[in-house]
Amino acid sequence: MALVERKHVDGDVGRLSEATAGDFIALLKPRVMSLVVFTAFVGMVLAPATPNPLLAVIAILAIAVGAGAAGALNMWYDADIDAKMARTAGRPLPRGRVAPGEALGFGLFLSAFSVMTLGLMANWLAASLLAFTIFFYVVIYTMWLKRSTPQNIVIGGAAGALPPVIGWAAITGSVTLESLVLFLIIFLWTPPHFWALALFKTGDYARAGIPMMPNVAGEEHTKRQIFAYAVLVAASGVLPSVLGFAGMAYGAVAAVLGGGFVWYSWHVLRMDEGDRAMGPAKALFAYSLVYLFAIFAALLVDGMISRIGA
Amino acid sequence: MPDDDRIRPTEKELKARRNRSIAIALALAAFVIIVYLGSLMKLGPSLFDRAM
Repeated sequence: MALVERKHVDGDVGRLSEATAGDFIALLKPRVMSLVVFTAFVGMVLAPATPNPLLAVIAILAIAVGAGAAGALNMWYDADIDAKMARTAGRPLPRGRVAPGEALGFGLFLSAFSVMTLGLMANWLAASLLAFTIFFYVVIYTMWLKRSTPQNIVIGGAAGALPPVIGWAAITGSVTLESLVLFLIIFLWTPPHFWALALFKTGDYARAGIPMMPNVAGEEHTKRQIFAYAVLVAASGVLPSVLGFAGMAYGAVAAVLGGGFVWYSWHVLRMDEGDRAMGPAKALFAYSLVYLFAIFAALLVDGMISRIGA
Repeated sequence: MPDDDRIRPTEKELKARRNRSIAIALALAAFVIIVYLGSLMKLGPSLFDRAM
């Protein structure tokens, strides 16, 4: 964080911050937060219990704020590398809008409050899972894995995969096979999603010194890994139907969506080595976002229909 | 300390501080309402059913 800290040490001592509420909201990574809210909500709907609607909304809010707090702590720690990448250079810390201390305090404060709120309003198992998710994302992924191994997002993906488990636990007070299948879908989806991005952002990651798979093991190896994971993603997508907690219609939708994932990954695998435009990798990245949203939307619809029918 | 040695906030800094203050006030008010309603839902009407 040398670049950012120097600015504040040299020039801004004693000055009031110019950060607005919008800058602090940006620290929460609202787009990531929206995915967390959605997947946690699906976990809640699929859970075999009917929650008090207000307590369910509070639980969702607590999970969202906890995820946002983890994002703020990630931006606090990663300000130095964020400044070097075009994709992240506009974040509040690299731009000097928010001081590192402000981001750290904000992230720690919201982490504590979100965990306490979830514990008091839902249950302490869900709160413990939220605390673990924040810890895993900030300490295990951000501080340790991200800068040290090309398997960073494989292991770190566990943090992003936990929200539906937390949602499920908030309603039932337990962690079951069904919720772990939801975890598995996101966990297996994460590597091909980020490696597709890393393929066409190799320069960015190289400048920042982050050992993403294409930078360390090469493009060909990454493409093979993406394809292997795509097959696993497609298989995991139909598991809810196979295990009986989603209907056959969901299974058919998941099979089609999974087939699409494999198809896009196949095009990445066949992508010419000299293809610098990386069209297939960009297409897979875009499709992977659609896939995750669609598969959870399908689970949501299936869950809603089951509830109405019950 | 003489007045001139003090750092005078700029208009932009004052405006940003006001913006932050309003956001904090709204967030705290929302938190109080959430805890109040959440407690009512969690504990039920018995929350108020106590011997004086």
